[in-house]
Amino acid sequence: MTGTVVTVTSGKGGVGKTTAVANIAVALASEGKKVVCIDGDIGLRNLDVIMGLENRIVYDIVDVVEGRCRTRQAMIRDKRLPELFLIPAAQTRDKNAVSPSDMVRLCDELRAEMDWILIDSPAGIERGFRNAVAPADRVLIVTNPEMSAVRDADRVIGLLEAEEKPAPSLIINRLNPNMVRRGDMLSVDDVYDLLRIDVIGIVPEDENVIVASNRGMPLALDGKSKAGQAFRNIARRLNGEQVPFIDLESTSLWDRLVKLAGRK
Amino acid sequence: MAESSLIQIKGIRDGLLVTLGEAAWPVAQRALLERIEAQPEFFKGARLSLDVGAQALRTAELTALRDQLSERGITLWAVVSTSPVTETTAQLLGLATRLFKPSPSREAPSRTSSRAFPVAKGIDDETALWVGKTLRSGTRIEFDGHVVVLGDVNPGAEIIAGGSIIVWGRLRGFVHAGARGNRQAVICALDLAPTQLRVADEIAVPPRRHGKPQPEMVRLKDGLLQAEPWPGSEK
Repeated sequence: MTGTVVTVTSGKGGVGKTTAVANIAVALASEGKKVVCIDGDIGLRNLDVIMGLENRIVYDIVDVVEGRCRTRQAMIRDKRLPELFLIPAAQTRDKNAVSPSDMVRLCDELRAEMDWILIDSPAGIERGFRNAVAPADRVLIVTNPEMSAVRDADRVIGLLEAEEKPAPSLIINRLNPNMVRRGDMLSVDDVYDLLRIDVIGIVPEDENVIVASNRGMPLALDGKSKAGQAFRNIARRLNGEQVPFIDLESTSLWDRLVKLAGRK
Repeated sequence: MAESSLIQIKGIRDGLLVTLGEAAWPVAQRALLERIEAQPEFFKGARLSLDVGAQALRTAELTALRDQLSERGITLWAVVSTSPVTETTAQLLGLATRLFKPSPSREAPSRTSSRAFPVAKGIDDETALWVGKTLRSGTRIEFDGHVVVLGDVNPGAEIIAGGSIIVWGRLRGFVHAGARGNRQAVICALDLAPTQLRVADEIAVPPRRHGKPQPEMVRLKDGLLQAEPWPGSEK
């Protein structure tokens, strides 16, 4: 088995990286894949909270890197999905406790027994970011449909290009179709127009996301929510499936009829 | 013994300046790392600028060094080189390439006196830097001649050129043509919507464009920056 290392990053903070990692991981694991998430945000960890595994932490990534425990001991098994694991970040250390080559070594070890290794990158473009992208086979960039987030995503794409990493894919998170329709929010086309990289997911704004992260119960487990559906689609696309994007732009029956008519 | 003479270390305002002597890159790099290993406490937490002379370094070499320094608690923030290859690599990686930033045009005493810019060389015989890709946010290209970009210049990207700037794509970042005072320099783009434009010491923020983009050229005319459709009426 040779696992794929996927790093989720953004440049800007608060755009939904951690939520994306948790949900994509849950979606991949519920399709029967062996998945491990690594929280790369040393010093400001919260992937464990979103996954509801905070109280099970014994060892963390710094313990693994510094040889205080075996990798297996730091892997926390998920409550619901037996093939999903988390390697938490240390809360009491900083980014310099781990180096890019430590991350490469750790991921090479995990590749042997996992299908997917998801790394949650911290915000910014400094050491923590470089740790997170060093072992990546694929990079997913999360952005929101607003200028500042897109500008930071552009910067990150430029840095990845300069380091000759494989071309990243884009997740546009928190899209509000009503605001787009009114012209108050950048549309998917506007974002794509600037960044020009492959779009792998479009996630609508959904207040259930906040409820779910407070409960430690990623949304992708929930069959109904549109955001959960969008994350499940991202997981399927990572697996190489062709999945059409959810139609978010037109919700009313009339809009859909108009669109259908226009297609002919 | 021979290896330590390869390296000169000097304290400057911005941290440490390390000058590497002439040697094959692997030798120079090993010498530097050995020197650091010998005095880890001295180097820990340092901000390092590196003068590599004429070494032509590519991304892989520069990132490898940066990561190895970073693992020893050292931040590489600038790489100075006479090689354009190294300079471009460093710029794309977001490293500084000048230690003391000269801002010649803005310090020029008077904008009307052309004596402030003694020799604006004829722009025909200068060389041009070819950039065959989109410049993304955070990229800064500085070049004494012309700059030609095949791709877009995104918001947050900067080009500072001694000569003219041609963008075969959308120009939405910041560009400064004729940065050393050449008032003949021009800026051309297929779609001209920059954050800010400068030619020599003139600054302009173009108005929001309405309607379809068209190729435009900006030049100084009667002391003012003016954009006109390209090919223009004067042709």
